[in-house]
Amino acid sequence: MNALLALLIRDIRLSVRIGGGALMGALFFLIVVVMVPFAVGPDLKLLAQIGPAILWLGALLASLLALDRLFAMDHDDGSLDLIMMGRMPLELAVAAKAVAHWITTGLPLVVISPVLALLLNVDLRAMGPLALTLLAGTPALTFIGLVGAALSVTLRRGGLLLAVLVLPLTIPVLIFGVAAANAAIAGPTPFGPAFTILCALSLASLVLGPFAAAAALRNGLE
Amino acid sequence: MHLKGDNLACVRGGREVFAGLDFGLSGGEALLITGRNGAGKSSLLRLIAGLLRPSAGGLSLSGGDADATLAEQAHYVGHQDAIKPALSVDENLLFWAEFLGVGQIDVTAALAAVDLDRLADLPAAYLSAGQRRRLSIARLAAAPRPIWLLDEPTSALDAPSQARLAGLMREHLAGGGMIVAAAHGPIGLERARELKLGAP
Repeated sequence: MNALLALLIRDIRLSVRIGGGALMGALFFLIVVVMVPFAVGPDLKLLAQIGPAILWLGALLASLLALDRLFAMDHDDGSLDLIMMGRMPLELAVAAKAVAHWITTGLPLVVISPVLALLLNVDLRAMGPLALTLLAGTPALTFIGLVGAALSVTLRRGGLLLAVLVLPLTIPVLIFGVAAANAAIAGPTPFGPAFTILCALSLASLVLGPFAAAAALRNGLE
Repeated sequence: MHLKGDNLACVRGGREVFAGLDFGLSGGEALLITGRNGAGKSSLLRLIAGLLRPSAGGLSLSGGDADATLAEQAHYVGHQDAIKPALSVDENLLFWAEFLGVGQIDVTAALAAVDLDRLADLPAAYLSAGQRRRLSIARLAAAPRPIWLLDEPTSALDAPSQARLAGLMREHLAGGGMIVAAAHGPIGLERARELKLGAP
């Protein structure tokens, strides 16, 4: 348990220090969302209509941004060897790294999303549900991305492969995330079903992701 | 406690590095792996550490902790130092000690064993190659493990540091531990047996 906590705290500490990628995702998210109104023009109705989709697309791309560093850094400096030799099951270690990654890259997106929703003319009452869909959905993005990061760890500059591997798998999360957010804003479909499926996707990837990633790491390190 | 390698073979990238390798090592003994570049010294160490799979043969450990695998009872100091430049020297060591499952750890003592205690607060980014190597050797002192796997442990170390490492290794052997080290020259272990790889 101590080892798990130590790994979690180390990863959080590394990503908030200089050279870490904690705010990179949030900044990218901010840039995407701020640019959209300029590109679309001053049509408030249209903005409100595409707002949730833009927020979700921004969150998806932002969470992919720092993903290739998840294992590559530890692989390059030899830490991954020691983590694999350790007494902690690799599945748990991998899950701890993913949780740390989500806290530093996923959670900031959720926190700043209400402010950005303002820029997209999203209704005030819908900001809560919208942030809630991101809170429920971004863990799925991280834990699906975890598998891609583990598969591409031994490749130099595996970022492209990572995107190709991960993006198709995140489509269901995107669909139900946007559906739930739209339901909260405009109706007429209820918020519940889409949001429940989004939660289910997150929980399933939370369970399956670490096992798949650990298996990929075991096979990949030769 | 006895570590035994039986008819080991290793294939890397389709090329056979070594085959039919046998060795045995008991507690308190050291094995020095020598051989030319590319003979498979590092591969053999990674094989024992469980980081590579043997293409034939097997490894067995008897008399150790029955609940732990061979890798879990071993320290591996490879060419990469597993040091994060953004963390300070003591944060680096403290993390590995906690990860390796030490209850109460005296970081200052472990750093003093490699003469890094005065640099404890320094970010590891500012360490020299030899100091980085010493920090990863401090892991050996911080967390007790019966088997030490050392890949050219003396590289980049100055003479006093080599002597300190030799002292640590002698202490470890006297306590019944095992050392498997890959090296090109003497590393300060007089009674080590030699395993020459790639000999015709």
